[in-house]
Parts: sequence; structure tokens; C-alpha cells
Amino acid sequence: MGLEEKIPDSVILTTVDYIVNWSRKSSLWPFGFGLACCAIEMISTFASHFDLARFGMEVTRPSPRQADLMIVSGRVSNKMAPVVKRLYDQMPNPKWVISMGACASCGGIFNNYAILQGVDRIIPVDIYIPGCPPRPEQLIDGIVRLQKKIENESIKGPRPDRESDRP
Amino acid sequence: MSPATRTMTLNLGPQHPATHGVLRVVLELDGETVLRATPHLGYLHTGIEKTAEDKLYYKVIPMTDRMDYLAPMSNNLGYVLTVEKMLGIEVPEKVKFARVLLTELTRLNSHLVWLGTHALDIGAMSMVLYAFREREMLLDVYEAVSGQRMMSTYFRVGGLADDLPPDLDGKIKKILTVLPQKMKEYEDLLSNNRIWIKRLTGVGKLTAQQALDLSVTGPLLRSTGVKFDLRKAHPYSGYEKFDFDIPIGVNGDCYDRYLVRMEEMRQSLKIMKQAMEGMPEGPYRADVPGVVPPPKPDVLTKMEALIFHFKIYTEGFKVPAGSYYQAIESPKGELGYYIVSDGGTKPYRMRVRPPSFINLQALNPMVIGGLVADVIACIGSIDIVLGEVDR
Repeated sequence: MGLEEKIPDSVILTTVDYIVNWSRKSSLWPFGFGLACCAIEMISTFASHFDLARFGMEVTRPSPRQADLMIVSGRVSNKMAPVVKRLYDQMPNPKWVISMGACASCGGIFNNYAILQGVDRIIPVDIYIPGCPPRPEQLIDGIVRLQKKIENESIKGPRPDRESDRP
Repeated sequence: MSPATRTMTLNLGPQHPATHGVLRVVLELDGETVLRATPHLGYLHTGIEKTAEDKLYYKVIPMTDRMDYLAPMSNNLGYVLTVEKMLGIEVPEKVKFARVLLTELTRLNSHLVWLGTHALDIGAMSMVLYAFREREMLLDVYEAVSGQRMMSTYFRVGGLADDLPPDLDGKIKKILTVLPQKMKEYEDLLSNNRIWIKRLTGVGKLTAQQALDLSVTGPLLRSTGVKFDLRKAHPYSGYEKFDFDIPIGVNGDCYDRYLVRMEEMRQSLKIMKQAMEGMPEGPYRADVPGVVPPPKPDVLTKMEALIFHFKIYTEGFKVPAGSYYQAIESPKGELGYYIVSDGGTKPYRMRVRPPSFINLQALNPMVIGGLVADVIACIGSIDIVLGEVDR
């Protein structure tokens, strides 16, 4: 995508990675879209009582073009699945995905013709949060874990959103 | 068609911050004026009605929670009342009072989220933060009674899942004292706010005849001046014992809907106060062997109770053949359940009359001739929940 892809393997990045990862994890911009019940708990997390701004995430973006974190909050129906995929594709790199709740992670209690049995069938997921719906504390925990994950990434490292890095 | 008269088609959603989920509306515009609005549904279709045919009667209750996820207890109540009607179960007084108390709490919950998100759509960003702050108090009660913040599944066929917790009194009292003060704050911020009035007054007008023709219910119908509320018209779960008023509007516009909902919240608080003060003592489940699970201590000590417990949770209970309809006044309007039984342990067919779905049909007549920005105000003031529209 950028300069980092041209760095040969023999070069090891340390401080650059540290600074890039620190800035990426400290200002994650979530994509503000909700699907179902979990979206209400997601709003609760952003609202005053739980105040997600403490973790550098107060700006939700209504457009995928400006966001780097997608929180799939709720059940994904078969009709919505292409839309979710398209929204994910519209997000610029680097991007991360949190699958919030049982329905997004595995279909939850709805094992039927209408619901996609896990959003990881269409987009790569970084963090799965269990619960139906998860409590705001659980969502915050998931986000903190995602931040830890970002800390250990390298701008050179393999990323699932890169075509060449896919298994 | 000549270029001068060509209309523009504008797609709104399914991913749009103001469509309250995944609603998609296709607008036909002449300049800035809306000629037609066509809602496209199904982006959250969950197949709940079909899945219910494959579940035992008591296993359907958790799925009803997830239809209107802002008012889970109302959904539970509608379903549970229908099954009780089919079985001919009369529940104890305490259960009725507890159900009234908690469904009115649910109405507050739903209206608070409506107020926050509707105001957010109009541009009053801070309201959503205030509304969700107060909502936490209500969720505390949900958590105290059922252990879950949103999907409570607290009402069961023949009673409640568990007895009311001892500290419920204090939690309800806190709501009854704090919420009226906060509602005054909301009204101070909104009712005379010039932007709020300009954006809502005269917008999305619906006449009483139109509303009746479209069979809309709930605050949307009452804002047009029709005094219809199932709690008064066909009382259920002991609502006839409570003293409350039905607020109605005059103009049927978005501003009247705001006033109606605010007054409904006050009336809900009034009902909750009566329910809390008049809460009778007694069992929290009806005594119907074979349908209602026996008390846990009995299961551990008595043979018959153990057998009933085992049979209920493995093969369920049989419901006499026939078809039944029971409707309740959910925060959005008439929520009805039509269940057909073939005499087995699973519903043969379950059909839900979702208020949001039917109220959404009023969107087109409401927005014709208005501006694009009014569509957002109208969608907000209908108060749809897509989980219920698509089921």
C-alpha cells in the first residue's frame, strides 16, 4: 500500500513500529453502524455511563471511508451480508473487525435459514465478543484486547486484508 | 420525460446513521421535495416466526426478546399471555402486578431510547447522552430481576422466572424520584427550543382518518387525536385496576408525537408507583402441574415434583388445539400474537402483529411533499425497531 511494503525482510523495524502502533491503537475510529440488539449496547458503551472516549474512541464515523474499526453489532441476515462485506471493503487499510455478540460470531440462538452463521464467513474478524448481548464492559474489554493486538503488529507484518498474506 | 421534469431517485440506507438500524428507504425527489418514499425491508429478517414452529412453547420466549429489543418485557408479556390464554391459566395477583410494573418500566426504556436517538437525528446531540444515562437506572432493575441487562426472558408461562428481588423497592423508588426531574430537564432543553419546534411542528402530518385507514397504533395513532389504547380498550394483566390517562395529540405531527410520548412516560411512572405500592404478597407462579415448573426445593425432595420438572424441560407441555390471538399495548403500539396449535408441544404457526411494521407504512403519506430532512424526522418519530419490522 505504501512505503512499508517496499522494506526488504532484512530490515527490522522497532521504534517505527512502536510509534505507528501506539498512534493506531490510541485513536481507533469505529464505524458507527448498528445491526440489531447489540447496537443498543454499543451505543450504551459510547454514551455517558461507560464513556468509551476514555480509550481514545469517541469519534464514530458514519462513513466507512473514514473508519478503521468495524464493530459488527448484531445478527447479520443473508440479505444484509453483501452490504456488510461491501462496507468492509470500502474501509481503508489498516482496518480491524470486532464481532460483537453471539449472533455475529456464530449465529447465536438463530440457527435458521435467514441468519448468517458467523460474520467471519464473509470478512476477517480480529476479536470475538461472546454474550447476547455482551455487556458494555465486555465490549470495552474486547476493544482493549484489540489494542493489545495492534501493539504487537508490525507495519511490515502479515495482514489478512492483504491479498498476498491470506492463507 | 423532458429533463426539466425528471425526478431523482435517492437511496437512504440500509447503512445510514439515522435509519435506526438497517432500514432502507428509496426516495423519489423533485428537487428537494419528496414525491414518494418506499421502505425496503428484510435486512434484519431473522426468521423468528418460522423458527418458533420448531421450538417448545417455553423456548420461544427468548426469541421474542430479540424482536423489539428496546422493549423485551412487552414482547415476553404478549407471548406469555397468548399461551396462558390457550391453556386457560389464571396467574396470581402478584404476577399481574409485577408484569404491569415491569412492562411500564419497559415503556420508559423504549421511549428514552426513542427520545435520545430522535433528538440525535434532529441535531440535539447531547440528548442521547442524557437519555442513555437515565436508561442505566432502568437496566439496573432488569438486571436485578433477571440477571440480564437487555434480554430478560423474565416472564414465563404461568408466572415469572424467579421471585422479585428484595432490593427492587429501592431501585424503583430511585427511578420514581429521579426520572421526573430529568424529564423536566429534557423538556426544558427541547419543548421550547426553536430548532426543535421548527424541525418538528407541522412535519409528517397524519390525519386521524389516514391513521385509522393504515391501521397504525400506539403513539402514532394517539397523536392524531384518536384515543385508543389497548390498556383501556381491552385491559389485560390487570390494567383495569390502575388509574392512568391516555394522552392524545391534536395535530398529528412530529411535535405532537413528542408530546404524547413524554406524557406517556409520566403516566408510566404513575402506573409503576401504583403497582409498587399495591404489590400483593403471594406466589410468583401459578400452580398448574405439568405446565408450570414446581418450586426448586420440591424438585429436590418430592418424587412427583421431580417428574413434572423433568417432563416439562424435556418434552414441554401440550396445548389444546385451536387458534388464539392476544394483543398488548407495547411502547410502539398494538403488539399481537396469533398462535395456532395442533394439540402438540410446539406452535403449529406463530404470527406476530408487529406495531413497527404496520406503523412504518405511514411513512409514505407522512413525507409526501416534505423535504429530505423531514424524512429523517419522520422515521425517528414513527419509532421503528427493525428487529420487530423484519422479525
